[in-house]
Amino acid sequence: MDDFRSRVERERSYLLRYAGLQLRDPHAAEDAVQETLLAALAGEATLQGRANLRTWLTGILKHKIIDAIRRASREAPSASEDEFEALFDERGHWLEMPSAWADPDASLEQKRFFAALEACLQRLPQKISQAFMMREHLGLDTDEICKELAITPTHCWVLLYRARMALRECLEKDWFGAKGK
Amino acid sequence: MLSCKKATRLVSQGLDRRLPFGQRVALRVHLAICDGCTNFKKQTEFLRRAVARLGNPAAEP
Repeated sequence: MDDFRSRVERERSYLLRYAGLQLRDPHAAEDAVQETLLAALAGEATLQGRANLRTWLTGILKHKIIDAIRRASREAPSASEDEFEALFDERGHWLEMPSAWADPDASLEQKRFFAALEACLQRLPQKISQAFMMREHLGLDTDEICKELAITPTHCWVLLYRARMALRECLEKDWFGAKGK
Repeated sequence: MLSCKKATRLVSQGLDRRLPFGQRVALRVHLAICDGCTNFKKQTEFLRRAVARLGNPAAEP
């Protein structure tokens, strides 16, 4: 039992980082991880036969993160697509066209790439980052995200659009551009 | 004719829902002639693959 407890406890810092990235609030992340560890210790029996402790804990944590987002989000900020207006001319054409990224999937094998991606995610406004992570990491569909964040589908698409525009630009600047072609 | 600004919005929405027929056709026509928006589309699809793998327990030490 004590052995199980200490194995679970050793995963705390990994789980905190994981939760912090999605919740963007150290206190909420701490709470979600604490709830996860308690649930894990109470449910030791259900781990039997499952190979990976970290995978199991992460699965529990995902539910706690969704609960935390649900609790925290009662109002959404006004959404606007205008901040990307500057990327286009008055006829709506690119001022500077996105150029192709050389072999982007090779980056998925590099740890440093994920550090750059995390840094880009950290720079997004909280609500945008939450909507984006719910969609692309937790795999929820628009309807579920609307319900959790109490926003309309249109608002949700605007948030996801802003996330993609900002992340594309950030990776272009900090990773693909810096790497050289 | 779709502007690039509008096309990028449809590319993004297309990742989150099935676009109505008319928009789907307009976007396809636009992408056929616009390298910038085609690159944009590939990059948003790459973002999806990358973020799905973020924090993948198996990849961590």
